[in-house]
Order: sequence, then structure tokens, then C-alpha cells
Amino acid sequence: MMILSPWRADFPAIAALQRQGQTYLDNAATTQKPQALLDALAHYYANGAANVHRAQHLPGAHATQAFEDSRRKAAQWLNAGDCGQIIFTHGATSALNLLAYGLEHLFNPGDEIVISALEHHANLLPWQQLAHRRELKLVILPLDADGVIDLEAAAGLIGPRTRLLAVSQLSNVIGAWQPLPQLLALAKAHNALTVIDGAQGVVHGRHDVQALGCDFYVFSSHKLYGPDGLGVLFGRNTALQQLRPWQFGGEMVLDANYHDARFRPAPLGFEAGTPPIASVIGLGATLDYLAGLDQDAVSAHETALHACLLKGLEARHGIRLLGKPQVALASFTVEGVHNADLAHLLTEQGIAVRAGHHCAMPLLKHFELAGAIRVSLALYNDSEDLQRFFEALDQALELLR
Amino acid sequence: MNLPADAVTALDTFGKAAGWEERARLLMQWGERLPALSDAQMCDANRVHGCESQVWLVGELRDGHWQFSANSDARLIRGLVALLLARVNGLSAAELQQVDLPDWFNQLGLGRQLSQSRSNGLNAVLQRMNELAG
Repeated sequence: MMILSPWRADFPAIAALQRQGQTYLDNAATTQKPQALLDALAHYYANGAANVHRAQHLPGAHATQAFEDSRRKAAQWLNAGDCGQIIFTHGATSALNLLAYGLEHLFNPGDEIVISALEHHANLLPWQQLAHRRELKLVILPLDADGVIDLEAAAGLIGPRTRLLAVSQLSNVIGAWQPLPQLLALAKAHNALTVIDGAQGVVHGRHDVQALGCDFYVFSSHKLYGPDGLGVLFGRNTALQQLRPWQFGGEMVLDANYHDARFRPAPLGFEAGTPPIASVIGLGATLDYLAGLDQDAVSAHETALHACLLKGLEARHGIRLLGKPQVALASFTVEGVHNADLAHLLTEQGIAVRAGHHCAMPLLKHFELAGAIRVSLALYNDSEDLQRFFEALDQALELLR
Repeated sequence: MNLPADAVTALDTFGKAAGWEERARLLMQWGERLPALSDAQMCDANRVHGCESQVWLVGELRDGHWQFSANSDARLIRGLVALLLARVNGLSAAELQQVDLPDWFNQLGLGRQLSQSRSNGLNAVLQRMNELAG
């Protein structure tokens, strides 16, 4: 059965990659960009760049307005309403580091930070290092056989010493939704702060931070068809009051003297220095584009493609999936075949998939694997992309076996 | 500089290879011919870090000539390493320093295996070889 993407032509790079003989299936790493974003970037640079929030001149006013429009669009995308603020950072990693440093003052030796066994390094290492700095205990929630955080174990591990819970919404290796409502309820019962790494989750479906009830939600623009160098941090108003500035410099300050200073509240107080203005404006254009799509049709398309991916993998002998993927991606290994060899031969055939530890080394070690191959989908992929992948996979396995 | 005999053979066979499939088959053949390392040699100290697969490299100067041995748990990188050894084994220290290894892989039609984004580890192997050769 053919699964065609009606949105494919909106992404000019897909055709360009196809002309280079490349089938792009590494979308969990980064995505191609819609024409609407390219137009917005060209428009901004061609019509007068200016710094934001500083200048009284007209170009500055235009840039600031476009910049703040994007902030409003990002808030709408997450349905933040009045409950919190959107802070722009230089990436999801920067946002998580901002939290790990800006909340540090709240922790005392012996306090516990809870993460899960499937965290990307970006949502592991900032907390691990914070734990080292403040003599905290980093508690790791185990997974069940499907690669979902084990709620029974979580209920025993999230307790009165838990000061903060930081978990992924959707694993970048397993492709399984995590039980956020239950985990957030456990954390809140102990008055712990809650951080959601939405880097993968935000790309699939729409999510509502008011309904989720998390204190912080982090995502990365470039994985959501937006420009790179830009992260988005939603913070609930009450939680933001506890967050201290982490990076200091221009525009985040209310009043500065040689020996002391006072800082702005969120969001500007956490946006020191010139922000990635063009990227913020570009993300706004991407969000406009995405908001104009029929979300149900996008979800149905992604579901059909993912089913096709799983079916094809399951039909082949000796393939072992990591966990039980639900959406967006699948990681796998092949019995008796080194993933580096397979990656090599897929690359030779113009299949762009990811091989390795996927920035989740402890998780791969948990599976006792040195690496795995990950196929990850986007809304512009179609069944022909998957067919090319499977043909290449069969060719590669024939050579290697 | 005279090419070692194995290097001449490699140039000849890879020069005739048509397409990625044949190159892959040849790489695996070369990898299979690589003499095994002893268990003792496959220790952490000899492991090359920065590779997607595990690669071990040992080298010693015998009568003024370098003799390297290597292994990997992945077949294609083992083939790439075999081609590397074919080019460098038997060279004097001075000769080894003059070999343009990226050019060597280019001549074999395998230059892309050395690109920065490749995590196959061939770059790391070259670096380790430089360290061993001082």
C-alpha cells in the first residue's frame, strides 16, 4: 500500500536530497525545513536585520515585534495560556543546563533528583553534574520490557527526598511515550519540581502544558522543522520565580553598577546576550506552517508510516527491536551483524539513518548493546522512502550474511 | 618510494572494483585475511577509542621497520584497517612519516571513509598509528 505525504513538496530539501541519491530517515536527529521558514529567514535578512529589545529605531521595532510574535506562537503551540512564560535558549541542551544551574540553589546535600533510564545525555548529564556539585543522589527510574518507565518502581523511588523529576516525553531511542501524567502526579505529591524533555515528543502530536501540569517543558526548534541554534523553555510562573539567572550579560539586566546588578524577570532575565533572532523568527514561520496543517491527517500519516516501518522490520529474520516503539522511530539490531557494518552499507546506498548510541550510552549499555540502527520518520516521508530503506537493508544483509 | 607488494595488489583490485557492492565484498575479504591478534593483544591498552566498533592496534619496530597488527569486531572496518596495514607495514620510521594516508584511501576509492562525520573509526586508527610511530 502506498503512503504518500501531501506535505512533501513543502520541504524543498527533500527533493534536493533525492537528487543526491539520499533518502533521509534521520529525522529524530534533525528535520528538513519547510519553504515557509526559508522565506521568513530570507525576508528577515533581506529587509533589515536589527537587534531586539534594545533599539528605538524602526528596524529594531520590526525585529522585536517579529521576535515577540514567535514567543506568542510558541506559547500557543504548547497551550501555555497565562500559566507561564516562553524563554528562548540556544538549544534544548542549553535550556536543560539553564535549569540545572538556575535551580541549583534549591538543592541541599542528600536531596534526590529523579530521571529515567532512557534519558538522552542532554537530560542526564546536567543533572548528574548538578548531583556531583551539591552531593545529591541521582535516582534512575527503571524501564519495563517495552521501554516504558516502570510506574510501580517509580512509585517506590519518587519520595519525600525527591526535589526534582526530569523525564523525557518520548524516547529518542525507543520511540515510546512515557507515562507523564502518572509520573507528574507522583512528583507533585512530594512537592518536587517537574521538567519534561519534549525534544522528541513535541514533534509528534500537540501537547498541552496546562493539561500536563509540568513546571518546565523543553524542546528544540530544529527537530520541529525549525531553525537550529534555538531551544524553547516553557516555565510555569510559580516555578520561574525559583529559577535564578545562569548566564549574565546584555539585556537581561534591570540595573547594573560596577559591583552589583539587578536582573529582569522571565523571560528576558534568562536571555542574556543577543538571542538567535533569525531562528526565533523562523520558528514562528514554521509554527504558522504547522498550525495550518490538518493535525489529524498528519498524525494518521505518521501512524501509517510507522506501522509500515515496524511491519517491514518484523518481516525480516533476526531483527531485534529496542523496546516497543509506538511512534516516529524504531531502533534495531540484527543478529550476527555488527551495526557498524550495517550502517556502512546503508550509507553506501544513500540511506541516511543513524547508527550508534544515539546520545543515550547508559540506555544502550542497559540493552547490552554497543549500538543500534535507528530509522526515524517525519511528516514528509512516504512509503517509497521506507521501500528504498528496506531494499538497501536486504542488500546489505545479503552481503553481510 | 616503493610500494609494499600488498599495497600494489590492493591498488590493483580496488581499482578494478565496480560499485559499492564489489568494494564492500573486497573489504570483507581483506578483513578476513588480516592475521588474528592474540587475546593478550586485544586488551584495553591497545584499543583505539573513538570508533563505533572495537578496534585494536599494535605496532612495533623490527630491525628499523614498522610492523603493525590490528583487529576489529566489525568486518568492514577490519577491511579498511587491513588496507591501511598493507600500505604501511614494512616501512621505515622515516618512510612511515612521509606516507599520505588519506591519499592512499583516495587512490583506493575509499576516501569517503575518512570524512569527518564518519564514526567508523578509521580516522581514530590513523591517529593512533601516528602516536605509536611518534
